[in-house]
Amino acid sequence: MTAVVDVLGWLDAVKDPEIPVLSIIDLGIVRAVRQDEGQVTVVITPTYTGCPAMGVIAQDISDTLRAHGVNEARIEIALAPAWTTDWMTERGREALRAYGIAPPVAGTCGALPASVACPRCGSARTGLISRFGSTACKALYRCDDCREPFDHFKCH
Amino acid sequence: MSLFDHVLSLGDNALILGQQLSALTGHGPVLEEDIATANIALDLVGEARLWLSLAGEIEGAGRSEDDLAFLRDEIDFRNVLLVEQPNGDFADTMARQFLFDAWHEALLAALCASADPRIAGIAGKCRKEALYHLSHSAGWVIRLGDGTAFSHDRMQQAVRNLWPYTGELFEADAGGTALIGANAGDIRPLWRQRVADTLARAALEVPADRWMQGGGRRGIHSEHMGRLLAEMQHIPRSHPGARW
Repeated sequence: MTAVVDVLGWLDAVKDPEIPVLSIIDLGIVRAVRQDEGQVTVVITPTYTGCPAMGVIAQDISDTLRAHGVNEARIEIALAPAWTTDWMTERGREALRAYGIAPPVAGTCGALPASVACPRCGSARTGLISRFGSTACKALYRCDDCREPFDHFKCH
Repeated sequence: MSLFDHVLSLGDNALILGQQLSALTGHGPVLEEDIATANIALDLVGEARLWLSLAGEIEGAGRSEDDLAFLRDEIDFRNVLLVEQPNGDFADTMARQFLFDAWHEALLAALCASADPRIAGIAGKCRKEALYHLSHSAGWVIRLGDGTAFSHDRMQQAVRNLWPYTGELFEADAGGTALIGANAGDIRPLWRQRVADTLARAALEVPADRWMQGGGRRGIHSEHMGRLLAEMQHIPRSHPGARW
């Protein structure tokens, strides 16, 4: 018998392959873990529809559960309600900042903020370079104080 | 149009435009735009996968998203003619994108109210991405339209050339009405408003509504479509079942 709380703990070790400091729990994509008669079902919601990381994440979940002796794992993809960056944990936001990515700013979905705090020096004197950064979920900004470019995880 | 055809049409629009933008990867005018168009292409292909999977499910004949994308002939594609128009120069690419995005986001917003939870779910997810596409393409229409005399003329010409392909976006049919509980023509005022506002900010004229092209949604495509499909489908058709 596998306890749901154990599964959640194991899943915290599964990282976003493109942002390895962020676990899938921190990212808020694990929506539910169910366990009926020996079968564990993990419900995840995709971040971006075309995100290539989703396939890798599903595989990593299966591998992780198997490593803990759960061979009957099922991954269920739920589209609705649509994933939002509001589901990202506070710990996840801090991990992003420490990694050099400015975390999402609530309420700016669809329209990017003119300036977001620089994750390196904290300056607010920053500007948008491009709405699309190294991946679809990020935009590229530049800090006018420390002169470094940085990624901003967009509100979604 | 049946429900199958309608969902197919949603998937085909995203697939064909995604394929067009993918062709620009490595050829963007600047690095940031190269990355942006690749990212938008990725979103659109992701959206196409969801609609085509659902279309296969509705059809119930065992066709997968890949079967529908790669093994259908031109006459069976249900995309609007706008998305198959060539990439042209950067003004053409961005004008096409803007005219599409302004409609696409409004359509997805309407589909969020669909009585079918599968359709509402896909629309709700993709709408968030479409909002970023729209702000990106509108930004370029304004920047180029209100830029130099040269960029202004190129953007005005692009909007003028693509205008006859915008009427088809609003062709109403019973299938679409059943899907969104409203007529496709109902989103036209919002689209017109968005286009008029952005073109005004871009110092561009809204072209007059004259003859409008149509037929894409019935499988009658322009001459660009055959070559596009040949490139997109060549590998899976020449090597059936091939895997990476």
